[in-house]
Amino acid sequence: MRTIQLLFFFLFSIVCWSQYSIDGTITDENGLPLKGAHVHIASKITSTLPNGAFLLEKIPAGKQRLYISFIGYQPIDTIFIVNQSLTLNYQLKLDITKLNEVALTQLKKTNSASVIEEQITAKTIEQYSNQTLGDALKEVAGVSILKTGSTIVKPVINGLHSSRIPIINNNVRLEDQQWGTEHAPNFDVNSAGKITVIKGASALQYGGDAIGGLVLIESEMVKKDTLFGKTIANFSSNGRGGSISSSIHKGNRLGWSWNIIGTLKYLGDRETPDYILSNTGNREQNFSGSTQYNAENYSIGGMYSFYNAQIGILQAAHIGNVTDLYNAITNQEPFVVEPFNYRINSPKQEVQHHLAKLNFKKWLSDDAVLDLQYAFQFNNRLEYDVRRNSENKKASLDLQLTTHTLLVDYKKTFDHWQLKAGANLGYQNNFANPQTGVRPLIPSYQKIDLGTYAIGTYNIDNSMVLEGGLRYDFSSIEATKYYLKSRWEERGYDNEFSNFIVGEEGNQWLTKPKFDYHNLTGNLGFRKQFHHELEWFSNMSLASRNPNPSELFSDGLHHSTGQVELGDLRLQREQSFKFSNTLKKEWKKTNLSFTPFINRIANFIYLQPIGFETTIRGAFPVWEFKQTEALLTGIDVNFNWDVTQAFSYKTNFAYVNGENLTENKPLIDMPPVTWNQKLVYSNPKWYDFTASLQSELVFRQTRFPNYNFETNIVVNNELEPVTVDISSSPAGYHLLHLYGEMTFNLGKNNKITTALFIQNVTNTAYRDYLNRQRFYADEMGRNIQLQIKYNF
Amino acid sequence: MKTNLKFLALFLSSTLALTSCSNDDSAVNEEEVITTVRVTLEDASGNTIVLQSQDLDGDGPNAPILTPIGGGILSANTTYTGNIEFLNELESPAEDITIEVEEEGDEHQVFYQLTSTLGTVTYTDTDVNGRPIGITFTLTTGSASGTGNLTVTLRHEPNKTASGVASGDITNAGGSTDAEVSFPIQVNVI
Repeated sequence: MRTIQLLFFFLFSIVCWSQYSIDGTITDENGLPLKGAHVHIASKITSTLPNGAFLLEKIPAGKQRLYISFIGYQPIDTIFIVNQSLTLNYQLKLDITKLNEVALTQLKKTNSASVIEEQITAKTIEQYSNQTLGDALKEVAGVSILKTGSTIVKPVINGLHSSRIPIINNNVRLEDQQWGTEHAPNFDVNSAGKITVIKGASALQYGGDAIGGLVLIESEMVKKDTLFGKTIANFSSNGRGGSISSSIHKGNRLGWSWNIIGTLKYLGDRETPDYILSNTGNREQNFSGSTQYNAENYSIGGMYSFYNAQIGILQAAHIGNVTDLYNAITNQEPFVVEPFNYRINSPKQEVQHHLAKLNFKKWLSDDAVLDLQYAFQFNNRLEYDVRRNSENKKASLDLQLTTHTLLVDYKKTFDHWQLKAGANLGYQNNFANPQTGVRPLIPSYQKIDLGTYAIGTYNIDNSMVLEGGLRYDFSSIEATKYYLKSRWEERGYDNEFSNFIVGEEGNQWLTKPKFDYHNLTGNLGFRKQFHHELEWFSNMSLASRNPNPSELFSDGLHHSTGQVELGDLRLQREQSFKFSNTLKKEWKKTNLSFTPFINRIANFIYLQPIGFETTIRGAFPVWEFKQTEALLTGIDVNFNWDVTQAFSYKTNFAYVNGENLTENKPLIDMPPVTWNQKLVYSNPKWYDFTASLQSELVFRQTRFPNYNFETNIVVNNELEPVTVDISSSPAGYHLLHLYGEMTFNLGKNNKITTALFIQNVTNTAYRDYLNRQRFYADEMGRNIQLQIKYNF
Repeated sequence: MKTNLKFLALFLSSTLALTSCSNDDSAVNEEEVITTVRVTLEDASGNTIVLQSQDLDGDGPNAPILTPIGGGILSANTTYTGNIEFLNELESPAEDITIEVEEEGDEHQVFYQLTSTLGTVTYTDTDVNGRPIGITFTLTTGSASGTGNLTVTLRHEPNKTASGVASGDITNAGGSTDAEVSFPIQVNVI
């Protein structure tokens, strides 16, 4: 390493033996000097003097970047050749919209003033270009992932997931049946420019039900006059496939700007260190495009995105009955392992998601802005199972979910005040296609949502901000569902809910269950800046989440998981009270933050194994949606240290303790303690070389409830009672990941970045407590991913 | 501008297309269900014993009903000619799924696991590849009296070439279970 560095220095010093000085004057449109303008050439920075003059010395010869900026003016960003000492005089143009942008950006960007927001940058997102949104989100302390196999990945924030974590894609709440654990967010990670995680329900403008938190996704937005693009190609050794994603952005300060992104993904069976995970390939074909017209005081925009995925489900996870489940748990090996294949057979999922939106933004004055948005989403989810009759190629589940939403948001800034207020109206229609020949777990339903909110932020002084908000939501859901009469009775619905019955067909009741919910939610918090770079964020929030259709209406065998899932019409809304604090201290080269939280959830809904039911296909484990009083406490810790100019160290630690207060037991499916560390080496002189070694340590979850049950299975032709251990957590594990990248400039605005990403370097075999398929197979083994990125 | 108009057109047309589909509230015609497994055993003198498991609520909460309630009573030292039927009795008339199993015989196999002290089961049919399906079989009881179970399992897409599978050992069969019933059996010495 040292020799290479020396060699590099040697080469560098030959090329750059000559250095020059550059001076000049920066003025405004009227030729008056601008004091304090920022001038940046090569690695030198200065500010202009009161007469607008600047001087930068020791500028190396060759192609250099020049960047001049001053608040309220259009910046100058250009590349020029230095081969002699120069005088550069520039006149900056006034930028009215820019002024607006800055002021409003502050309003917009702080989704919550009293909760620390964690962001995932475009660079990290690119690293996970070949994977999923969930994998990228795992970079944030306190975010873990809930998986079904290797490709269906959902984020878990401070122990909570699915409908407790709304995902907001460009200000549109993703409505894609993501309530089920095996329903991943239908989103192409490549179309994200920035991802923000807010832990908790403090960002009331997006809803009052974010008991777990929020994931906010924004596309790359370009405000200046430019045209650029990017292509990322990936190849993965595990899955023997890859992806390619291309995007073009056209920015205009005024007038039309647009961008388009397309992604193709094609991967075959994944593998563990010891065997192939048969039928785990996946494909994606995604497209999104948006356009916006910017005028001086208004903008109009439109966006359309299409996500199309085909996902194979591990063949060995398709179990017949409880005997197969018992055997899988006992043998710790999948019962089918076939040679590597790209083919995706049943069981599989095919999901399509369309999202279209129109928005209009109007600056009413310098400090007030009005936003209107209409969004349309259509999601079609097809699940294919292994059918008795293999000639039958029909999907076993066909859900068509249509959502319309209308949003109005208003923001205004006063002296010390900022006010955000708005309302939303939504209509959702789910159609469960009866042509599948299989009773759908989720029925057809219609839902109307109406909400309104107001959030105030008050700056007491420069060091303290107070924030408070209130929100009211009304929601009404009416389903159309056939219940087996035997199930209706077994659930005890005959007394309580006989008014829902509207018809009868054979051994089934036709019912129209209807529920209305009124929810009042709110939050209160502050941010205080002390001396010595110490910051304190404190927030209390009250959130309410209505039971989702799967929690209310599920009533039968979930074919893809081989388990009977029972919803309950009696479920009440969940209410959470979360108190969280962040203490963040910055030193010269280090920073440290602690975020302890306490989340008391009344009527917490969870899925609990309760035993088994016998059918003609044998016995099946039964999981029931139950409600309990829950208490979640935990802490997330972040520590960053710039050790030297080249080396930096980052670490984060997350702990969550979930307690089922009613049963005096630990809560099921809580993430275990995790500790991540990352050592980064970067050398900008060596083609922007960056390398990192990441250590991911996941402890065994020792706090799990015992929901094991007994059943009879045939052993040696005799029926024998056995205990089915569906509760125990797998052992902890330690993984190492290596990453390295280099960037090569190919002339003006063109560059190529190559990256090598090796996940699970040591090829460790492990299972994860939060993987629904942990009973059937190990997690993925080593994956070597080569990435080539071309910026143009 | 042209792009935007196109986009708008696409958007509007998709809205119309997708909102115009009306909800069809008809009940699902369940195609996957086996409600009834019926095993018929006949001895040389034409006496028949019928073991039946019927589950009319399919995947519903009610357990299958076994008849006769006390289980099958067989005679020791007897060879029974057996056959099995799979029915969907939710259809009227009942759908005979046995036909489908037989037609796709190379993708199915019925396994019989009989308490070993009570007797043995031997296949008497074959699929297109000359491997057993298990729709017809013989059951030969042992010489001792006793009680136990006959577990009948219909597997879809089993590995029919795996070790022991052709002789009726389910251990290595794999595949998915379409039906699994355990009938109580009693063997009496007359």
